[in-house]
Amino acid sequence: MNGTETHTLVATVADHPGVLTRVASLFRRRGFNIASLAVGHSEEPGYSRMTIAVEGSAEEVKQCEKQLYKLVEVVSVRNLTGAPAVTRELAMIKVRVTSNERPGLAEITDIFRGEIVDVSKTSMIVQMTGAQSKIDRFLDVITEYPIEEISRTGVIAIARDDVGPRNGRARG
Amino acid sequence: MSAINGQSTNGSTAAPGTPRTGGEVVCDAMLAAGVDVIFGMPGGASLPFYDSLYHYQDRIRHVLIRHEQAAGFAANGYARATGKVGVATSTSGPGATNMVTCMANDIMDSVGVVYITGQVARPAIGSDAFQEADVTGISIPITKHSYLVMDVDDLPRVMSEAFHLASTGRPGPVHVDIPKDVFLETTTETAPDQVNLRGYRPSKVGNARMVRKAAEVINAAERPIIMAGHGIDISGAADELMQLATRGSIPVVSTLHGVGTFPETHPLSFGMLGMHGLAYANFSMRQTDCIIGLGTRFDDRAVGKEDEFGPGAKVVHIDIDPAEIGKVLETDVPIVGDLKLTLQKLLPLIESRDRTPWLDQMNGWRRDHPSLKIPDSPDSVLPQEVVRAIYDISGGEARVIADVGQNQMWASQHFWYERPRMFFSAGGLGPMGYALPAAMGVKLADEKQDVWCVTGDGGLLINIQEFNTLAAEGINVKVAVLNNAHLGMIRQWQEFFYEGRYMGAFLDNPDFAKVAQAFGLHGVGTSSRDEMHEAIAMAHEYDGPVVLDLHVDRVENVYPMIVPGTGVNSVIEDPR
Ligand SMILES: Cc1ncc(C[n+]2csc(CCOP(=O)(O)OP(=O)(O)O)c2C)c(N)n1
Ligand SMILES: [Mg+2]
Repeated sequence: MNGTETHTLVATVADHPGVLTRVASLFRRRGFNIASLAVGHSEEPGYSRMTIAVEGSAEEVKQCEKQLYKLVEVVSVRNLTGAPAVTRELAMIKVRVTSNERPGLAEITDIFRGEIVDVSKTSMIVQMTGAQSKIDRFLDVITEYPIEEISRTGVIAIARDDVGPRNGRARG
Repeated sequence: MSAINGQSTNGSTAAPGTPRTGGEVVCDAMLAAGVDVIFGMPGGASLPFYDSLYHYQDRIRHVLIRHEQAAGFAANGYARATGKVGVATSTSGPGATNMVTCMANDIMDSVGVVYITGQVARPAIGSDAFQEADVTGISIPITKHSYLVMDVDDLPRVMSEAFHLASTGRPGPVHVDIPKDVFLETTTETAPDQVNLRGYRPSKVGNARMVRKAAEVINAAERPIIMAGHGIDISGAADELMQLATRGSIPVVSTLHGVGTFPETHPLSFGMLGMHGLAYANFSMRQTDCIIGLGTRFDDRAVGKEDEFGPGAKVVHIDIDPAEIGKVLETDVPIVGDLKLTLQKLLPLIESRDRTPWLDQMNGWRRDHPSLKIPDSPDSVLPQEVVRAIYDISGGEARVIADVGQNQMWASQHFWYERPRMFFSAGGLGPMGYALPAAMGVKLADEKQDVWCVTGDGGLLINIQEFNTLAAEGINVKVAVLNNAHLGMIRQWQEFFYEGRYMGAFLDNPDFAKVAQAFGLHGVGTSSRDEMHEAIAMAHEYDGPVVLDLHVDRVENVYPMIVPGTGVNSVIEDPR
């Protein structure tokens, strides 16, 4: 029995109305747990790319892939969990801060390589891009500040190509 | 208006550039798929389609059913009996929602039906217009695929995709929702020569390496057993199944939908397994060292408790649907492919082997647990006797459509089906009310075949309005009502598992013979054994639909029974 973990599935789907409903309906009726789902255009006109973070055991996620693949509008499904891949998420966090607190938050944001994208009299909006764990860690660190709003895109992922033995250049 | 001029309007032959209305496109697609009978009821949103059907009535027979649920079930029966795609049609809103149960039934039982529903005109969609319902939204989880066609130029392609999807790979229902104004608009588009769906490539022959591995595992097995499912029928692989069984001396048990895929009087046939399967079929599953699952999804009603199902046995599983493999049982040799093609590759690798000790053991269980013995019943006719009588009088040549409940189990048990497509039943969803409309579809699929609808009294009442269709269309179906004045299966469960606290199990029935007569059908009712035999003989000879209201024992139970959640070790056999 494998334990539950989060798997990252990347699916290429026909860009038809209703395709998102089909995918969502499938997850709901089969009892698969979506942690996040992000969808947007792909490199090919008429096809979208969905990145779905699913929680479950390896067997459950395998079954989930097979069920996804049965949808006529799903052209391909890849499980990138454990495979060489780049995964990213974007988060925007609105934090209530007094003018005295601003420099402190700005400093932490800087350490995490985030960006302050808006400042008002009472709040700041931080934009943070990176692996999901980094965003989670940032949120842990700023717990002392009252958070007003968080909006996250959910992860998107893309597989890396094989790196040649000599000129491979690892990039985070 | 090519249809009126009598020119060929077959989808595949319509001259490119000839303008056709949406309604004509649908009719042409049905003809191209070889569909000659469809079932439906018109309504506002589908009237333009009916106007096209009017012009095609020499080539497509439209059977007006009396409830859209009957259209779906009849199309299911037609599809299962012909191997073609069935077509059911309704108007928008209530007509379409009445077919929801049918779609759910088709997807569970892998039956290819195309549902054509009318939708409100495009400008009205989303406005809560009269008889508007988001039926493609409703049908998503219960169809193989669905379309809402917003442009008539898409319709020729959509229709050919719909028939292709419904009939290939693992068959299933496809829903095409067509707004009223799309039926009316014209297009010069034609269907592409070949359906091209990037996301849909059903596999054909199973992987060669896996096929070799399957042969090794089967050849090495001392006590193998074949579990024959619906896939044998769908793929047309009954001959290959026979060769596999006889070459390897491998016994065969079947699932409910596999009944008849292997001749049930053959010495290697050990009948149906599962909750109400034969005791010896289930005992064999406990002792086997190699389960060869062919076109089956290892449904819970067939498997029961998983850890008592072939414990330690190697599992070879061949199915066209990759998602079924490993879903229920851990599989040693998974093969995704069409059964017929894959078995043809497997057969030459199967060693002819003597498996007498294993067969002796199985025949011993057959002798000691004769699950099909009908007990004496001096005071009442037993429902099993009715099924036997139909078997005897038809010489085993009738097509039998069972409803849901006790009648379904008796119809599967007490008739020996020798070929695929002789026994029809809604096994997966189990909707009462299936049998009568499905029998109409089975009959119209091939009117030369005798067709018997075996139904409970409760199930009959769910679609009894179809007596009117039988009469009006002269559909020669014989209806045997196993009238036990109960929702018998419910009564049995309440007897076994609720200490006889009967709640909602008793039926206060009308006189079904008189009801039939009022519908203009030949109706006979009896509670005597002799008259039952006479009535069945009469119905067999009679040239037209007949309803037999057969008052049988009210409290007869279905045996054997494996209590849900337990294994074959605790099977309940007939105590008499
Ligand atoms: C549409 C529907 N409603 C309820 C049930 C639950 N159910 C299963 S069997 C059964 C009793 C069937 O009674 P009857 O048709 O008289 O058949 P019998 O078991 O007596 O042969 C019921 C209510 C069902 N299968 N389908
Ligand atoms: Mg009954």
